[in-house]
Amino acid sequence: MTTVDLGDRFGGDGVQWGAILKDAGMAALVALVLTLLLFGVRLSDGGGGGLQFRPWWVVIAVASVFAGRGAVALWIGTRKPASAAALPWFDRALARLSQHKRLLFAGFFLAVAILPLLPVADRRMVDLATLVMIYVMLGWGLNIVVGLAGLLDLGYVAFYAVGAYSYTLLAIHFDLSFWACLPLAGAIAALFGVLLGFPVLRLRGDYLAIVTLGFGEMVRIILINWSDLTGGSEGITGIAVPTFFGLRFTPTPAAGETAFHQFFAIPFAGIHKLIFLYYIILVLALLTHLFSERMRGLPLGRAWEALREDEIASRSLGLNPVLVKLSAFGIGAMFAGFAGSFFATRQGFINPSSFTFIESAIILAIVVLGGMGSQVGVICAAMVLILLPELARDFAEFRMLLFGGAMVAIMVWRPRGLLAHRVPSVRLGPEPPGARRGGPP
Amino acid sequence: MSAGAAEPLLAVRGIAAYYGAIQALSGIDLEVREGEIVTLIGANGAGKSTLLMTICGNPRGRGGRIVFDGRDITALPTHAIARLGIAHVPEGRRIFPHMTVMENLQIGAVCAAEQDFEGDLDYVFALFPILDERRHQRGGTLSGGEQQMLAIGRALMSRPRLLLLDEPSLGLAPLVVRHIFEVIAEINAERDMTVFLVEQNAYRALGLADRAYVMANGEIRMEGTGEELLADADIRAAYLEGGHG
Repeated sequence: MTTVDLGDRFGGDGVQWGAILKDAGMAALVALVLTLLLFGVRLSDGGGGGLQFRPWWVVIAVASVFAGRGAVALWIGTRKPASAAALPWFDRALARLSQHKRLLFAGFFLAVAILPLLPVADRRMVDLATLVMIYVMLGWGLNIVVGLAGLLDLGYVAFYAVGAYSYTLLAIHFDLSFWACLPLAGAIAALFGVLLGFPVLRLRGDYLAIVTLGFGEMVRIILINWSDLTGGSEGITGIAVPTFFGLRFTPTPAAGETAFHQFFAIPFAGIHKLIFLYYIILVLALLTHLFSERMRGLPLGRAWEALREDEIASRSLGLNPVLVKLSAFGIGAMFAGFAGSFFATRQGFINPSSFTFIESAIILAIVVLGGMGSQVGVICAAMVLILLPELARDFAEFRMLLFGGAMVAIMVWRPRGLLAHRVPSVRLGPEPPGARRGGPP
Repeated sequence: MSAGAAEPLLAVRGIAAYYGAIQALSGIDLEVREGEIVTLIGANGAGKSTLLMTICGNPRGRGGRIVFDGRDITALPTHAIARLGIAHVPEGRRIFPHMTVMENLQIGAVCAAEQDFEGDLDYVFALFPILDERRHQRGGTLSGGEQQMLAIGRALMSRPRLLLLDEPSLGLAPLVVRHIFEVIAEINAERDMTVFLVEQNAYRALGLADRAYVMANGEIRMEGTGEELLADADIRAAYLEGGHG
């Protein structure tokens, strides 16, 4: 594609039609090459392998690219330069909103808390909200590693997988309950985080990303091939749903057992289980959030941020980079482990195909698009990235196009993320010892 | 001066250092006694910054010994050396740009005892009142001089016994440089802080120093008191002609 900045070609007042036509022509040529075979030729439905030619499809595609590119070029050429990217009104709106932060947060939390109890909440809605919440939690967990400690981890899904499989195997082989397995699965995932962290301590940036990506794939492939333990690519089924203080969610309780609906003397409904799961992930996600907000005010959290900013300076101030990095990897992995356990119990079934690279990529995209290190940004980005493809299912094959378009739009207008603004930790934590004499101006 | 007059606080004995196969330092011998300001001057590329970094364990010193407060620190990692009480204000200041002034200072205090924090903070703000005014501003938005003050303040928050300063005057306006040097003298006089100062601004640095070393091509070429070196004809020719900046 021609990526030359079109703005250069419009010196003076006159619009240079020649340049615009040339540019649109080049784009149309590229479109022609691309669409000639993709749109223009089609295998006949009738079988026998005959080809069907559709020249009009190509013509329409090329013409629309020509017109579109020409319009874009014309717009770039005639607009005022000040109206460039970054959406100042968005920033102003944010600034105004952040004055009522507490109120907004309380309102949002209340809405999220009572969401499944509202009359409009059906199974699909609660299920979707649960899904979004899983990714919010994963985003917050990865935010510790990427946003706070600055370690670009492309294999985060590995710890999600370790958590899911640890929970499942413990639950099935040792007959432990969800609540007993949850901390264990988190601990195992954290252990993996530390183990995988060791070899990459010296790496940073791109190199770290590549190695962590490799780890993510290794874990998945081990899960596929170690079929004695993990059931291979078929996975493991029959994972129990957590109980509500010992009450099971089942229409047909075993003899001598009381089911949830019997205990509360309400008619059985499948949505009870979903609502219960929703609240579990809500609590888990909130824990993740509170933990990472708290960490930022503590020496360890501050050490993460310092190491992200400048490793050499951090070391000369006495921070041990090995401990600081491993703790970030370990704690980040622990939350992925919790989320993985929850995922396993929600699905009732796991196999390695749930833990592919695309999951890591989506979680990372949530963190980056939300604005590195921004907790609220993660919520917004998770809603966009998870809800959009789900809600756009009606558009069938165009939904990924929509998804890609949304990502491009965010990067064009909000290149540093939806809510790119690092909030100083000092004001969030308890009053700092020095803050007593006069506040900030 | 305290009891350790016989035993220097920092002693470097026959140290060499390498970047890969390239030798950056050879046979360095120097010592810094408790309560002194010692200056190291030399041309660009003489190895001054490398020497400071070698004292901090990166790159690791070879072929000799570095002894701090009676303890061999040659093989220790950087962070362990810092925890023993050597604060390094690195070249280019290296403050944390996205963190506020307060957060920078808090990280500086990460190895210090918690009950010292408030007192140390008051002390740093008394030395550099501008930091108090800018306490909620991000480090990266400070001016060069303010960043240098923040870097020194951050180092002081760790309650060091030895302060290593790498070209604090680099790129700063003369008035700011004067202020920084006054503060260095003040810290030394009031807190009995031992300072090892690397400088290009030889005139000022020698005026401040109890003793000084001159470095060239990775070796120590000369040593003496500040006044001796200021009076030395060779030194004047090499480092001081053309300006009393």
